[in-house]
Amino acid sequence: MAAYFASLSPLVLLGNIPAGIAQGLIWGIMALGVYITFRLLDVADLTVDGTFTTGGAVAVMLILGGWNPWAALLAALAAGLLAGLCTGLLHTALGIPAILAGILTQFALYSINLAIMGFMANKPVSVDKFPLILSSRYVPTAILVGVILAAAVIAVLYWFFGTEIGSAIRSTGCNPEMSKAQGININVMKVLGLALSNGLVALAGGLMAQFQGFADINMGRGSIVIGLAAVIIGEVLGEAVLGKKLNFAGRLAFVVVGGIIYYLVIILVLWLKLNSNMLKLFTAVVVAIFLAVPYLRGQQKASFRKAGRMSALGAAKGYRTEASKSGKEAD
Amino acid sequence: MAGTMLELRHIYKTFNLGTINEKKALIDVSLKLNDGDFVTVIGGNGAGKSTMLNAVAGVWPIDSGSIFIDGKDVTGLPDYQRASLIGRVFQDPMTGTAGTMQIDENLALAARRGHRRGLGWGVTREEREQYRERLRVLELGLEDRMTSKVGLLSGGQRQALTLLMATLQRPKILLLDEHTAALDPKTAEKVLNATERIVGESHLTTLMITHNMRDAIAHGNRLIMMNEGHIVLDVAGEEKKHLTVEDLLHKFSVATDEEFSNDQALLS
Repeated sequence: MAAYFASLSPLVLLGNIPAGIAQGLIWGIMALGVYITFRLLDVADLTVDGTFTTGGAVAVMLILGGWNPWAALLAALAAGLLAGLCTGLLHTALGIPAILAGILTQFALYSINLAIMGFMANKPVSVDKFPLILSSRYVPTAILVGVILAAAVIAVLYWFFGTEIGSAIRSTGCNPEMSKAQGININVMKVLGLALSNGLVALAGGLMAQFQGFADINMGRGSIVIGLAAVIIGEVLGEAVLGKKLNFAGRLAFVVVGGIIYYLVIILVLWLKLNSNMLKLFTAVVVAIFLAVPYLRGQQKASFRKAGRMSALGAAKGYRTEASKSGKEAD
Repeated sequence: MAGTMLELRHIYKTFNLGTINEKKALIDVSLKLNDGDFVTVIGGNGAGKSTMLNAVAGVWPIDSGSIFIDGKDVTGLPDYQRASLIGRVFQDPMTGTAGTMQIDENLALAARRGHRRGLGWGVTREEREQYRERLRVLELGLEDRMTSKVGLLSGGQRQALTLLMATLQRPKILLLDEHTAALDPKTAEKVLNATERIVGESHLTTLMITHNMRDAIAHGNRLIMMNEGHIVLDVAGEEKKHLTVEDLLHKFSVATDEEFSNDQALLS
């Protein structure tokens, strides 16, 4: 045990934090995409696990083909838009439940992603040979680029969801019946929201592939769970810090912060030399707990169990309400 | 004033066709509403009142027949494409408004009904001032809570807001589906008074379903009664003015040839 603690170096942990922040920022941008579907459209879109990889694959292949990395990033965004469009059409035009539509697209994307990468499971792209936007070799620059991009995405989303179309997307997620009565084509809004969300996720995938120096067929696995984790951590934190002053822009900023915190926790877990193969179990448990908290709080206030307990307590103390008295007499 | 605003021609609608739950909800329903008509609709549960309103709103396609609003055939249009012609208030106060959005945002959504939505601001400063004035008339204090989330409002406040949204732009026809049924009597009266005032001021052509026969008699210039997918009674003008609840009960039993007391809805 002593040997275990002796082997843990605080300096190593500190040294890993900047890279953790850089990666967390990228996951945070991805989580903004998840926020659009999960919170605004009220859909858990599972396409993102595939789209994140698509973004990485498209960016890396285009950079290898001589594209400017920024242009490649935009192409990744476009590829993500298409993937979201696909899920949206499966859902709205063909009537497939949203979760299933997402799973189908994600499943299909595995083959498509492999095809994009020339049927290789892994495609490296070296920062020495190509002018990548960001790289794990230059962490301070990566953090700067990450912060600027996250801020730009937040600004664009804040503007967009304040426009007429953006408002229509939000009302569709909140109340489809009302939206139709106000002349909104809710199918179009759902497709738009899903496309935008997946576009952002693919953009983050394109950033991640450049940061780590390769695209990998499995790099997107679990993105939806990480995204949910970031959204939930960010909201809990945002409400704790700002309370009622938390506006839409603040919410989005805290989602990115949630992504950073998530990744720092991962760094901590790795530093503790816990088996990294158990990370996904750990993440799933954390997300399940956070998702359950609002429900359990409600249960605490009112549940049959509580009502039964109170009733038994009252009976034991000999209290009688008027109703139970008259009930007795009626017997 | 005399033009026809709404016309239903021989409408049929059957739910769950070919199953044991098959229900003929509307059977050869025809109806003409003149511009400015305020028609109250009564009838028991399953009589076809809501089905008729939903057919007009375009919630689902009808099986056969035609629906004209202000001379335009809307039979082939889904609800969101008819929405520019129609204002709707629902029975459930939750249905008519977006709870996670602000009061001004909800009104702005209604203000853009039937207009192309683009990348302009979802709600502008000048609009907010207009909305403030419109909300003040409701006398619910909502004008000072423009940026509150609608989810924080009471059922009555939400219903009043929905009514305002439905009439923010003058609709060709206003559909009220038991919009006071879920409210306590005092609030229901307030919302009904607001309805009466708004409909009167703008001479809106209105179809109002109600379970309350006294309300059905007190409001509007025409009353129709439905039973088992048919319109079984249609009275207007002087004849309607002199109606009593007893008359209605009697007319219903004559029209339907049924023992009236069996119908629980009409006991209210």
